[in-house]
Amino acid sequence: MSTESEQQTIRCMVAKVGLDGHDRGAHVIARAFRDAGFEVIYSGLHKAPEEIVQAAVQEDVDVLGISILSGAHDTLIPKIMNGLEEYGAKEDTLVLAGGVIPEEDRAELREDGVAEIFGPGTSIEETVEFVRENAPKR
Amino acid sequence: MSSDHESLLEDLLAGEHRALARVISKIENRSPGYRDLVSELYAHTGEADVIGITGSPGAGKSTLVDKLAETYRERGETVGIIAIDPSSPFTGGAVLGDRIRMGSTVGDMDVFVRSMSARGTLGGLSTATADAVKAMDAFGKDKVIIETVGAGQNEIDIVRTADTVTVLVPPGSGDAVQTLKAGILEIADVFVVNKADRDGADRTVRELRDMIQLGEGGGTGGAGGGGHHSQEVIDAHDDWDPEDDEDGDEDEGWTPPIVETVATKGEGVEAFIDALEDHQRYLVDSGTRAVMTRQRYAEEIRTLLREDVHAMLEDRLAAAGGVDELVEAVRKGETDPYTIAADVLAPVEECVDELELEDSVSEE
Repeated sequence: MSTESEQQTIRCMVAKVGLDGHDRGAHVIARAFRDAGFEVIYSGLHKAPEEIVQAAVQEDVDVLGISILSGAHDTLIPKIMNGLEEYGAKEDTLVLAGGVIPEEDRAELREDGVAEIFGPGTSIEETVEFVRENAPKR
Repeated sequence: MSSDHESLLEDLLAGEHRALARVISKIENRSPGYRDLVSELYAHTGEADVIGITGSPGAGKSTLVDKLAETYRERGETVGIIAIDPSSPFTGGAVLGDRIRMGSTVGDMDVFVRSMSARGTLGGLSTATADAVKAMDAFGKDKVIIETVGAGQNEIDIVRTADTVTVLVPPGSGDAVQTLKAGILEIADVFVVNKADRDGADRTVRELRDMIQLGEGGGTGGAGGGGHHSQEVIDAHDDWDPEDDEDGDEDEGWTPPIVETVATKGEGVEAFIDALEDHQRYLVDSGTRAVMTRQRYAEEIRTLLREDVHAMLEDRLAAAGGVDELVEAVRKGETDPYTIAADVLAPVEECVDELELEDSVSEE
């Protein structure tokens, strides 16, 4: 029907995975995304990769932002990517990583399907802009 | 229906979680063709028990829902949860946080949690929620739980899409008058006093009990199912047996029970489930379920018609040059909103009149 008005809203999940207990950055990002008009699902602390995958699939998020400060990114993020693939969700989910991720590990994460990595000092506007431009069109 | 939607529907009916998730997104986004998709779902619905849970922020809804889902899973039943959070009226953004408190069933895909936000549409959320419930029902969930903050009319509309409405009342949530004036209490089929280990829980239970008795005795429709009984009788007139009604009037109604729980410890959850099952049984035995189903379909038809007419009016408004110019004209004192409404609608009314005329002519 021609009178239907589409109301697509960007849905994001902000995820804390693994053992690190600092989620200030994740909170800041969640709020910034909310203020940008996105719908944000925050995972809470200490989540296992499977939990993140389950939530991302059920919530059908366009964007999955993973915040990691513990240094375990090279084991945890691939697990999440594999999980997404298992449910056929890897293709059209924009996966971002943030936190403390050394330069030498980045190429591998990108190969795994992480679209962009935002290190310390990245401006919020930059992140929001990136999501707006790259969120999958469905 | 497009081939994309057809395969999506097939995958959903085959139990693929990704397909269920995507269908709910289409419903939320009102993606082109989503209505055809929902139409197709209807044929596969009707099996799930739909439970609504509402209450003030901090009452412990998410924690109770989590424990409820866990218990259902232990009994071998699958669960769908729709958790509704408000969205910002300014940016449309939202933080949907109920998932965090649902940790007991993590890793179990047979508990499907979906967060939804209001997205600022008038009445749109209750339609979207009802449609998402249908998707979960068609998918094969045994229980569908709708969780929402009880803050206003919108939320009341949403929990009305459930068969059984539970209202959570935290201890010490005000005196009896406070409880009476909050309209949300009137829709409860089951009351839960959560955090029952806290001070003041006994008093809250007592006050609720008084209020329920008041509603029953006074006939003011203060509490629970009794309040909409007369409407039920009217709506069910085609199978209304007056004699049956005479002797059954007193004990026919439903008196909402009060269950005490400590959700964080899982205490009282079994009793809560029993109360829910009692109510489901009552709905079936008393024939109320059939009446409710009919009322719900009537409401769905009305809502869809309202939405369509609303959209048509927006088109008319756009065709008339948009609302800005009209507003400016009112501001300058050249005209007023009533005159504008009449002018904009005049051609529509003419069309409808002509159609009626044609109909009556062709009938003759």
